Amino acid sequence: MRKIKSREELTFQIVTNVFLGLLLVIVILPLWRVFMLSVTPFKYSDDSFGLLVSPAKWTIEAYSQFLSHPSFLLAFRNSLIIMFGGLAINLFMTVPMAYSLSIRTLPGRKGLNVLVMIPFLFNPGLIPAYLVVTSLHLQNTFWAVMIPGAIGIYNMFIMRNFFAEIPIDLKEAARIDGASELFVLFRIVLPLSLPIMLTIGLFYAVGHWNEFFTPILYLNSNKLQPLPVLLRNILMGLNTNEFVEYDAFSQVSVQSLKAASIFITMLPMMMAYPWIQKYFVKGSLAGGIKG
Amino acid sequence: MADTSVSQSLDRATRSKGNRLWGEIVRHRAFYAMLFIPLVYFMIFKYGPLVNAQIAFKDFMALDGVWKSPWVGFKNFITFFSSIYFWELIRNTMFLSLGKLALGLPMAVILALAINESSMRRFKRFVQTVTYLPHFLSWVVMYGVLLLLLSPDEGLLNEIIKALGGKEIAFLQDPKWYPTVVILSDVWKEMGWSAIIYLAAITGIDPGLYEAAEVEGASRLKRIRYITLPGIVDVIVTIALLRLGTILDAGFHQIFMTYSVPVYSVGDIIDTWVYRQGVLDFQFSLATAVGLFKGVLGLSLVWAFNRLSRRYLDASLF
Repeated sequence: MRKIKSREELTFQIVTNVFLGLLLVIVILPLWRVFMLSVTPFKYSDDSFGLLVSPAKWTIEAYSQFLSHPSFLLAFRNSLIIMFGGLAINLFMTVPMAYSLSIRTLPGRKGLNVLVMIPFLFNPGLIPAYLVVTSLHLQNTFWAVMIPGAIGIYNMFIMRNFFAEIPIDLKEAARIDGASELFVLFRIVLPLSLPIMLTIGLFYAVGHWNEFFTPILYLNSNKLQPLPVLLRNILMGLNTNEFVEYDAFSQVSVQSLKAASIFITMLPMMMAYPWIQKYFVKGSLAGGIKG
Repeated sequence: MADTSVSQSLDRATRSKGNRLWGEIVRHRAFYAMLFIPLVYFMIFKYGPLVNAQIAFKDFMALDGVWKSPWVGFKNFITFFSSIYFWELIRNTMFLSLGKLALGLPMAVILALAINESSMRRFKRFVQTVTYLPHFLSWVVMYGVLLLLLSPDEGLLNEIIKALGGKEIAFLQDPKWYPTVVILSDVWKEMGWSAIIYLAAITGIDPGLYEAAEVEGASRLKRIRYITLPGIVDVIVTIALLRLGTILDAGFHQIFMTYSVPVYSVGDIIDTWVYRQGVLDFQFSLATAVGLFKGVLGLSLVWAFNRLSRRYLDASLF
C-alpha cells in the first residue's frame, strides 16, 4: 500500500473512495430493497420506504408460502434438470470438438475451422432456428432447451486455444507408451485444463440457470417451466392468485411475495458467486480482445 | 519410354503422397470419431438454420414445409423496407445500442481507473466483486428488481417522489422514460463486468513509468492523464470498435422482459419485432427476411469494424 504523502494525495484518495462507495450503494440498494421487502410483514410495508425495517419485525412468511408451493418445487426441479442435463450435454459436445480441433497435425483442420467459423459469424436470426427445433418435434421437451445451444462456438474456441497450448511432449510421451487418444484426453489434457474447464462449465451452467427465453419459446406446458419463467409469471401477475390467499389474515403482501421469489431465484447464484467469481474473471480475459 | 517412366514416377509420387495423407488420416482416426457427434450437431443446429433461411425468399406455408413453399423473390424484403416499422426499428435499435455504448464504456473505464487508484485494498476488492455480480443475474430477476424500484405503486423511486409531494411516474410504461431505463439498467448491470478488461490492461502498464512520473513530481491526475489513459487507449478503442460491430444487438432479453405495448414506439427493436412477427403472428417468411437482413448487415459491420480496429492498432504501434 502506498503511503499517503500530501494533502493533494489525501484529497485524491477521498474523492476516489467516495466515488467507489457511491457506486457500491447504487449497485446494492436495489438488491437490498428486494431482500427487505421479502421479509417485511404486511402491516409494516409502508415504513421507511421498505429499506430499514428492524430485524425484530422480519417474517419468513413470504418464503414459506413460496417454497412450500407445488409450482415452486416443480419449477425448481425443472431448473435443476435443465442446468445439470444441459451442462452435461455442453461438455460432452464441446470438449471432444475443442480437443480434436486443437490437434495441429489433424488433416482437414483448416476446413473444419472454416466450417465452425461460418455459423459463428453469420446468424440468420430466430425463426430459421425455431423451425429446426419444431421440425424435429422437440417442443415441450427439455431437449429443446438443452440441445440447440449444446456447443457455444465462442466457448469452444477458448477451450481449443487452451488445449493447443498444452506442451505436445506430454501428450507424445503418453502416446509412445501406447496410450489411446481418449486416455490422453482424460488423464493428461483434462487434468491440466481444470481452470478452463471450470470457467467454461460455469459459463454454461449460469447460462442454463438464467435461461428464460427458450423455455418460453419451446415449453408451453406449465409443468415444464423452470424457475425464471415462474418468476416472470409471478412478476407479470399471470398467476399470483395461485400463491396469495387474499384474506384478512394474510401475513404477506403480493409485493413481499414477488420480492421473495426474486430473491430465491438469484440466491443460488449469489451463494456460489464468492467462490466462483475468480474463474469468471479468468474466462472473461481468456477470450481477450483477439476476437 | 522416357515419357512413361516420368508418368510412372509421377504416379508413384502422387500415390505415395495419397498414401501418406491416408496414413495421417488413419493415424488421427480417434479424433475424427470424437468429431462425429459434434459435426452432426453442427449440421443440424448450426447449418440447419442457414438452410431454413431460404424462406426469406419464399412464401412459407407450414404444410408445404421449407422446401416446397413457393419462391417469391425479394417480396418479403420489400414489404419490410416499405413498412412504417422499418425506420422506427432501425432508429430504436441504434439509439438504445449507441446509448448503452456511449454511457457504459466511459463508466467502465472510470470505474476501472477508480479501483486502480484507490489505496484501500480490501474496500476496492469488495467494490469490484459487488459491481460485477449483476452481470450474472438474468433479465427476469433484473425486471423484478426494476419493478420494485420503478413501478408506480410499489417502486422505491415513486414512493420517494410521492413523499416529496410529486406525482408518480410509470417509468417502464412511459415512452419518455423507457429508453433511459433501458440504457441505465444495462449500464448498472454490466459496468463492473466491462471494467475487468480495462483493469487487466492497466496492470499491464510498465510500473517504471509511474515511478519516473512520481520522481518528476507529476500529480495523480496527471499520471492518469499522461500514463494510464494512453496505456489503455488501444484496448478502449478496440472494445468500442468491436461493440460497434454488434450495434444491431440492442439487448433482446432485456427488452423482451421489460417492454409493453405503450413503449413499442421507442423500445421495439429488430429482434423483438422478429419474435412477434414470426412466433406470435406466424409471419415466418417476413420475420426471417428481417432476421436475414440483420444478419447480413451485422456481418458487414463486424467485418468493417474489425478491419478498422486492426488498422488503428497497427498504426498506433508507430
